[in-house]
Amino acid sequence: MESVISVKGLNKTYASGFQALKHIDLTIKRGEIFALLGPNGAGKTTLISIICGIVNATRGEVIVAGYDIVKDYRKARTAIGLVPQELTSNMFDSVLATVNLSRGLFGKAPDKAHIERVLRELSLWDKRNDRIMNLSGGMKRRVLIAKALAHEPEVLFLDEPTAGVDVELRRDMWNMVRRLREQGVTIILTTHYIEEAEEMADRIGVINRGEIILVEDKADLMSKLGTKQLTIQLQEPLTQIPSSLADYGLQLAQEGHAVVYTFDAQCDHTGLADLLRALNEAGLEVKDLHSSQSSLEDIFVGLVHEENRPGAVAGAQAAALSGGQA
Amino acid sequence: MNGYGIRALYLSELSRMWRTLFQSIASPVISTSLYFIVFGAAIGSRMQEIDGVSYGAFIIPGLIMLMLLNESISNASFGIYMPKFTGTIYEVLSAPLSPVEIVVGYVGAAATKSVLLGILILLTARLFVDYEILHPIWMFGFLVLTAITFSLFGFIIGVWADGFEKLQIVPMMIVTPLAFLGGSFYSINMLPPMWQTITLFNPVVYLISGFRWSFYGVADVHIGVSLGMTLVFLTICLAIVWIIFRTGYKLKP
Ligand SMILES: Nc1ncnc2c1ncn2[C@@H]1O[C@H](COP(=O)(O)OP(=O)(O)OP(=O)(O)O)[C@@H](O)[C@H]1O
Ligand SMILES: [Mg+2]
Repeated sequence: MESVISVKGLNKTYASGFQALKHIDLTIKRGEIFALLGPNGAGKTTLISIICGIVNATRGEVIVAGYDIVKDYRKARTAIGLVPQELTSNMFDSVLATVNLSRGLFGKAPDKAHIERVLRELSLWDKRNDRIMNLSGGMKRRVLIAKALAHEPEVLFLDEPTAGVDVELRRDMWNMVRRLREQGVTIILTTHYIEEAEEMADRIGVINRGEIILVEDKADLMSKLGTKQLTIQLQEPLTQIPSSLADYGLQLAQEGHAVVYTFDAQCDHTGLADLLRALNEAGLEVKDLHSSQSSLEDIFVGLVHEENRPGAVAGAQAAALSGGQA
Repeated sequence: MNGYGIRALYLSELSRMWRTLFQSIASPVISTSLYFIVFGAAIGSRMQEIDGVSYGAFIIPGLIMLMLLNESISNASFGIYMPKFTGTIYEVLSAPLSPVEIVVGYVGAAATKSVLLGILILLTARLFVDYEILHPIWMFGFLVLTAITFSLFGFIIGVWADGFEKLQIVPMMIVTPLAFLGGSFYSINMLPPMWQTITLFNPVVYLISGFRWSFYGVADVHIGVSLGMTLVFLTICLAIVWIIFRTGYKLKP
């Protein structure tokens, strides 16, 4: 598929000397929803800010919609809409004024019909004459989205769009993102909420400590790295795993009323048939079977954990991630 | 060129000032009126004419310059400092605007407001004293040029400042003293010779002198020198702004 963003060898060292990005290579396909996952401080916002022209890169090249972001910055930037992580807007402006301003800044002639469409889509039309400071936090975030869409961008960056947003609004936002994708807009979102990536994304990239450690189709990722667990309910409880079953790595669960078998779902030889036979031979009567797949979060925490193992912060970062998953 | 972009930025900056129209107009008009009452009417009536101009009329150009410098600097510095402070600057930085266009938007709006205020003060002065303007075109030219130059200067301060204190300190500690000592209320010929020489290092002297010349045809220094010095200061400000954008200094990390 055609690529809409191509990042090559991107490095960023801040004036403080901190290297926030280490040689990032990344390609975003036109029309996809790409989720960039990573713990706090991983470099997600830095990466987005460079692509959008808010932060200068130290080294490397970024092409957006066929244009270099430095040499052809006008054309590159016209293609981009950005919803920043922080809630910032001119508090004294009306919704309509600030959205019109955005469209103008991006060099587009005023278009009342388009602005009305965007505001209606985000349920802001009734609030169009309200000052932004009088809106709720969720609405302010929607105003930022409306600003980003005001100039009809090809690529939309959503930097943690659903942080501090209630469940209902989050659903609304997801639906809106899907509708945008149907209109051909490419969407890159960063998130701590793994369920969000799982629910929305076509592809997922994981960034940690300034490095992209993985980019994968969501489906591939989940099946490739995903393990399945088979929970076997037993008629009679066990106090310990019989020695004849030692090779299967079973674990007792539910106070001995069940055993859990973990296996790789992708593997040709899952060992399920052998296990069931062995259970039978051991004289254990099976009451029920239930299998479950590990979530993206399990995969992700595993990855980041793996990556950070020598570091002391690993646990904290992984914990922060799962903590954000309330 | 991103014409819509410049327009949007310029108009949104002007509308921000429009919102605070009352303060924007009231404070300079009131303080100018006070100056006229104190210096023009009360003290001025006991002062002799300077270069054949009544004292009340003599101080008009200086007063307007004083206001123009303060207003230009504070408007422009605030205009760029606030978005930096609140974070809304992200949008301008991510927009397809060149540095020149960004400066035209911000500085243009600040300068426009200063010029309008200058004219307003001129009209207010009319209530207190009679004056004539010998060279109205030059007068307007100086007004615009000074407004642009000091709005640029304010823009630089706004970019440089990382706190409200710094935002205030340059206008208060440097510009106001220079403006007062630059001949707003006296002709530098009235100073002892040594101070006359020292005063020539004060750039504001040239602005006020040139501006006063456009009113009354009398000046402390030659009009050409005034114009030249104003342009030099403008060029310095432009160069600093260019460096700011070239290096991203305090605008882009
Ligand atoms: N202007 C700056 N100067 C110095 N260091 C910075 C600057 N901005 C960000 N950093 C550092 O760069 C690293 C990456 O920050 P970034 O904001 O990109 O992370 P993030 O992945 O977006 O995190 P979060 O999930 O918390 O938003 C952090 O360690 C941060 O402290
Ligand atoms: Mg971030």
